[in-house]
Amino acid sequence: MGEFKVHRVRFFDYMPSAIRAMAFNSRTERLAVARADGAVEIFNFSDNYYQEKVIPGRDGRAVEALCWVGQRLFSAGLNGEITEYDLENLKPQYVIEAYGGPIWTISCNNQGTHLAVSCEDGTVKLFEILKEKIQFQRNLDRQKSRIISLSWHPSGAQIAAGMMDMIRIFDTETGRATHRLLVERGVGASKSREVVVWSIAFLSNNTIVSGDSAGKVQIWDGLMGTLVRTHLVTKWDVLALAVSQDESSLIAGTSEGTIVQFQFLSSTVDRQDRDHEWVRTRTFKNHSHDVKALALTDTAVVSGGMDTQLVVHPLLDKVEKNTQEAAQRKIAFPHRSLVGCAKKAGLLLFQFPDHLELWRLGESDGNDHICCSALSPCGGWLVYSTVSSVRLYKLQHNNNISVNKVRPQQRIIQLRSVHQLCFSADSSKLFASSSQSSVVVVALNQLECKYLQTLRHKSGHSCPTAVAIHPTTNNLISVHADQQIFEFSLQQKEYTEWSRKLQKQGLHGLWLKRDTPVTSVGFNPKNPTHIILNDTFMFCIIDQSLPLPESSTILYNQMTLRSLPAPERTRQSHAFKICKNFQHVLSMSLLDDLSLVVVERPLLDVMAQLPPPVRQKKFAT
Amino acid sequence: MSAGKQQGQRSEVKVNAGDNMVEHGDIRVVHRGGSKIDFRQPVITNDSRFLLCASGECVKVFSTSTEECIHDLQGHTDLVTGVLLRPSNHLQVYSCSIDGTVRLWDFTDGILIKTYVIGCPVYSIYASANHEGVIFIVVPMLGDKRSELFQLVAVHLPQSGDQLVESRELSAVLSNVSSNPADIAFGRGGEYIASAKGLQLKVFFFKKQKSYEFSLKEDNKKGGLNTFTCVACHPKDDCIATGHGDGKIRLWRNFNHKKEYTYSTLHWHHNAVSSLCFTPEGTNLLSGGVESVLVQWRYNQESQRDFLPRLGAAITHIAVSPDGALFCTSHSDNKITIIQSCVKVSAVIQGLVKGESVQTDLIVDPRSKALVLNGKPGHLQFYSLQRDKLLYNLDIVQQEYIHELGLEQFEVVKAAFDASGTWLATVEERKQKSAELEVNLKLWAFDEQTQSFVLNTTISAPHEARITAMCFRQATDSQTTMLVSTSKDGHFKAWQLATPAHTEDEGPSWSCDFVGTYHGLVPECCCFSADSSLLAVSFQEVVTVWSPTSWELLTTLSQPPGAIRDLCFGRLSCSKYLLGTTAKNLLCCWNLLTCSLEWSTSMDISLLLADPLSENMAAFCCQAGCTDLFVFKPSEPRPLFSHKAVCSGTVTRAVFAPREKMLDSCEENSQWLNRSQLHFLTQYMDLMTFTTKAEDDRLMASSKQLVIDDSVAMTPFYLLLGKHRHQQQENQDPMSSLSAERTPLPQSSVAIKELLQTPAHVLPSTSFLCSMFVQSLLISVTDLSGCRENNKKAEEEMESEKEEEDSEQEMESSIVRSEQAAVSVQSAECAAPALTKAQVRELRRLKKLDHSWLAGLLDS
Repeated sequence: MGEFKVHRVRFFDYMPSAIRAMAFNSRTERLAVARADGAVEIFNFSDNYYQEKVIPGRDGRAVEALCWVGQRLFSAGLNGEITEYDLENLKPQYVIEAYGGPIWTISCNNQGTHLAVSCEDGTVKLFEILKEKIQFQRNLDRQKSRIISLSWHPSGAQIAAGMMDMIRIFDTETGRATHRLLVERGVGASKSREVVVWSIAFLSNNTIVSGDSAGKVQIWDGLMGTLVRTHLVTKWDVLALAVSQDESSLIAGTSEGTIVQFQFLSSTVDRQDRDHEWVRTRTFKNHSHDVKALALTDTAVVSGGMDTQLVVHPLLDKVEKNTQEAAQRKIAFPHRSLVGCAKKAGLLLFQFPDHLELWRLGESDGNDHICCSALSPCGGWLVYSTVSSVRLYKLQHNNNISVNKVRPQQRIIQLRSVHQLCFSADSSKLFASSSQSSVVVVALNQLECKYLQTLRHKSGHSCPTAVAIHPTTNNLISVHADQQIFEFSLQQKEYTEWSRKLQKQGLHGLWLKRDTPVTSVGFNPKNPTHIILNDTFMFCIIDQSLPLPESSTILYNQMTLRSLPAPERTRQSHAFKICKNFQHVLSMSLLDDLSLVVVERPLLDVMAQLPPPVRQKKFAT
Repeated sequence: MSAGKQQGQRSEVKVNAGDNMVEHGDIRVVHRGGSKIDFRQPVITNDSRFLLCASGECVKVFSTSTEECIHDLQGHTDLVTGVLLRPSNHLQVYSCSIDGTVRLWDFTDGILIKTYVIGCPVYSIYASANHEGVIFIVVPMLGDKRSELFQLVAVHLPQSGDQLVESRELSAVLSNVSSNPADIAFGRGGEYIASAKGLQLKVFFFKKQKSYEFSLKEDNKKGGLNTFTCVACHPKDDCIATGHGDGKIRLWRNFNHKKEYTYSTLHWHHNAVSSLCFTPEGTNLLSGGVESVLVQWRYNQESQRDFLPRLGAAITHIAVSPDGALFCTSHSDNKITIIQSCVKVSAVIQGLVKGESVQTDLIVDPRSKALVLNGKPGHLQFYSLQRDKLLYNLDIVQQEYIHELGLEQFEVVKAAFDASGTWLATVEERKQKSAELEVNLKLWAFDEQTQSFVLNTTISAPHEARITAMCFRQATDSQTTMLVSTSKDGHFKAWQLATPAHTEDEGPSWSCDFVGTYHGLVPECCCFSADSSLLAVSFQEVVTVWSPTSWELLTTLSQPPGAIRDLCFGRLSCSKYLLGTTAKNLLCCWNLLTCSLEWSTSMDISLLLADPLSENMAAFCCQAGCTDLFVFKPSEPRPLFSHKAVCSGTVTRAVFAPREKMLDSCEENSQWLNRSQLHFLTQYMDLMTFTTKAEDDRLMASSKQLVIDDSVAMTPFYLLLGKHRHQQQENQDPMSSLSAERTPLPQSSVAIKELLQTPAHVLPSTSFLCSMFVQSLLISVTDLSGCRENNKKAEEEMESEKEEEDSEQEMESSIVRSEQAAVSVQSAECAAPALTKAQVRELRRLKKLDHSWLAGLLDS
């Protein structure tokens, strides 16, 4: 298949940021994940867990909790503000100050009418949810210590609040505290320390489940205000709890990185109605550090924490075997390219949340984080966008690089927020995807830019993860989150023959089973039949001239081919040439001189930058 | 009544149990002593007083407090594979065996109640209180008895008065189960049964007649083994605990769902969990494995667990008493430990320790008559064959044993006793791959005070190479003892006890006396003649005969080709003969008077040994994968006894153990067993012996006698009171004169009445009352004879004082044996001077009573 000169780049010190909070919307199957840098990501669970949207963060706006209300997403943080997001334009819609000091958590009742936020000053504030905004309604009885966790009773009549050393139950009608449940402190040295109720869940049968810093998961009777059962889960903290929709299963995340499942089971199998009890069943160990955020979907345990990875662990009793759902997924890197490459000039552009690196090129001003960036193939232009603005730079590099900011045209200023940026192959045009699914094309003359045209694209079935137009045939190649590949002829306005053949025959099972989306599509400048794709774990050259693989043929056959004699080799070879020599690939691009630039970010390097875990299991301990 | 029947059945089953065994008159090969007690899970009885365990062909009943074996339940004719308390009667126990029967016993009296003939080998047995009259057994799949597939079947036990019941109606419950009893367990209230095999767990619900199957993946990511090793069910909740090959314990719940079953995992063991057991209330789960640590998990709070470490050897089974007070663990070194409430080891029942091989020969300690062989690593064990009990372990190596795979340790490879049992010589060696061979010769003297062996001399590197043989000079007179050792380095050395030259307060120690060689050949065997006047040492094909007094080479004998394998001098009338076996299948007998070959015969003898108490010699020959035994006298051409196919494989270890009591069998082919008993080890480390029909009958008779006897555990005092009460009952019923021997004692009740009715302040001293009271309980000779003569005579005797005194003297002589009783009576007389005349008379009369009965009791 040809040989490439490979530049293996490992100096991109990209560090994903820790996961802080999580909210799952079971109706839309969307998971919102908040990271420590304030970024909020939306994953579409019905579309192969694709990272659909990223709302970049902002300095000093750490999100502490997330909450879905229908299709609307709210967040609250230690800066004391409640934010609602504009999920179309991927930016905060409005921000409301709660005036209660740092907010620890935000929670919405089942009816979707009220939001409750818990504040550092010991108040629980209720906000009424209106059509376009939220409005402060009342305070519940003010407590002496901060309120860490909240949970509504499904009826909406009561709220359980976890505090320091105790749990309070409030009546939402009167705002009075009806019960006071004292939580026992840890034993030994931690006896003198206050115990923090990190997480709480109020179930419909008036059971309250709490997780605290003494490592206990406690089951309380919410009517009588008595402790039913204590499960000592860890020596450290229980940080998060999540309850399944049918309230038959419960998970608790600990700072050891373990997740412990409890199930509501009857002690005997034949009398199903009585004697139900919360029994500790499974333990998952998918994280090395604190599990801070948890969600329990119908089929899987979703967890995230300090080690920055989002893990979807399927519950094998709820899914069919050997399906896409039954595989465990670890999402470690964003599903988009953070690396720009000037193919002609051989420059690399790395995108960090708060700066770009082209051998340390300029810092973004303001507090907004960069959401996308691009580098022109000739290396003469650089463009990036934040939530509020787009900036274009001209680069001059003789021996030392100088950056000149270009005074943008009126039209570009209008582009308030841009999600994708791209230069044409000859570096004469800049494409920018903006709000309302439109693409803005800007022609770049030597010194000025000109707005040309806006294309509207019809929405597809599965979200495309990588798109490219072939430089010579003008065919548009799109790869989707469900791993399908399409080739669309822009001239004939229809799918090409190859694409139809591919759809008819279907893709190989192993190809469909891969669990990371293709992040880039490229072409071989020397051979127009070659399409180059890559995801985190492999890179693939699709040779359109070769037959497609049957479902019975071996997909990963490079090694076997090598051992075969030449005539046999041609008979056995098929269109998909897959190379798995690289791992944790962030970007891969083929330069004009047929050298391949691979930007890797080994997961071990990421792990090495994390603080040491509280506990590592050692043999015989 | 059924003894004859049983006997017939026994021999019949024996034929198909042994591979191709032929009956040899009255002599059978049996397991007698030293069988495994860790083979199956033991059972603790409801009152926690007895522990029952399968041991070879019988079930042993041990006392949980004294560790003593109380009796054997004998009757099975093959390996017993399971013991189970009968759910409906806690005084009865089922046992199952490979011989195809299930037997029901009364274990307190050791009576066989019923025998159910199943008709195919039974591998394990289960029962539940909810299944009245049904037992569940594991048998091979029908059709093909040799297959490796087993099934669980239910057997309806027919209600019948017969002792022997055919119950061949089996109804299959689960197919393809494991034959390991730990892999099947009854669930709560017997509603379901759980069975694990390989990677699959099956749960069968009896009510719904439905089974659920759960499979695990073959291997987890880290390479651990997920295979099931054992199963236990919670007694109150529906929770199944399973042990796994990688040391995990899974607690299964919701297992009446195909998909929504769930399990939690507990992991402490680093290697396979071999046994699991819930306590009767279900509050705790016990687990054990190769770590030899008993782990107690709190049910539903599994993060809290207790450990009982250092139990000595890998745990193979765990059992809990029905009241939960006692735990017992079986260990792989043939030991059962009884533990009180998971904290204290209260008793250890130790069987014969069996390693992978016995490097020392089987030896009999002349002093204790115990069998001596390798035991725990680095130890010699002294095992009493008569009592079937481990006496003690002697630490030879005296180094800490470290259990690690591939680590070479010192091993005891040779041991020898001198004739009187005062000296013990041991050889230990360690061969590490890179290092040189380390050999130590140790000599131990028997210390009368501590009744054990004390190290006298350690000779490190006694030879430059491995020691091949070692023997003491069998000095009958009190000459100096001598030890001869032969080695691969081409020398044989004589060691002698010598007093040290410089007079320190050290006792005599051993030193080398003579080093002998013969043409640089390697010596293999050495042997002293019966009178210790000759020493024979074999150097490959050549036998050299030396005089141990002058160290003169007297003669050489040779019968090439083939190196000498074994050497033996004849005994008693045959002491002029020297026998040797060669590697080329030749048994030679040399006459030492003529120094010529007397006879030779061609047979492949793996082991030749002489009976120390007779002229007899035993030769084990290996033929076609089996071992035959020949017993012969060197002077006679015809063997005394031959037994084809004693066992499969070769026999390399055997010993003649002298009997405590000589048998007086006059049958020709069993005469050789009169003085000593022949024990041998099979290749599977089973200790076997030969038994005659007479012995069998005697054993049978003694077990019959047990039935009549009262419970052994009862104290003599209890017996005394019991008999007394019995007599009182008879008193009340005047018609019961059938038991003529037990005539009523009217005066005894009078004595007691007197004792009870007299006011306390006028009572004589207690010492007086005590003897009077005790005597009132005794049966007098006169009363015994009262049935023959009249009571009148006794009254006459009472009247004449003189006669009384005469008879008193007669009495004196008759009670000489019970000195204590007599003394107490006399002291009572002097201690109580102020007695009324009536009292004195009464006392005299009492004194006349026969005390010999009590004396007999005290003696026994």
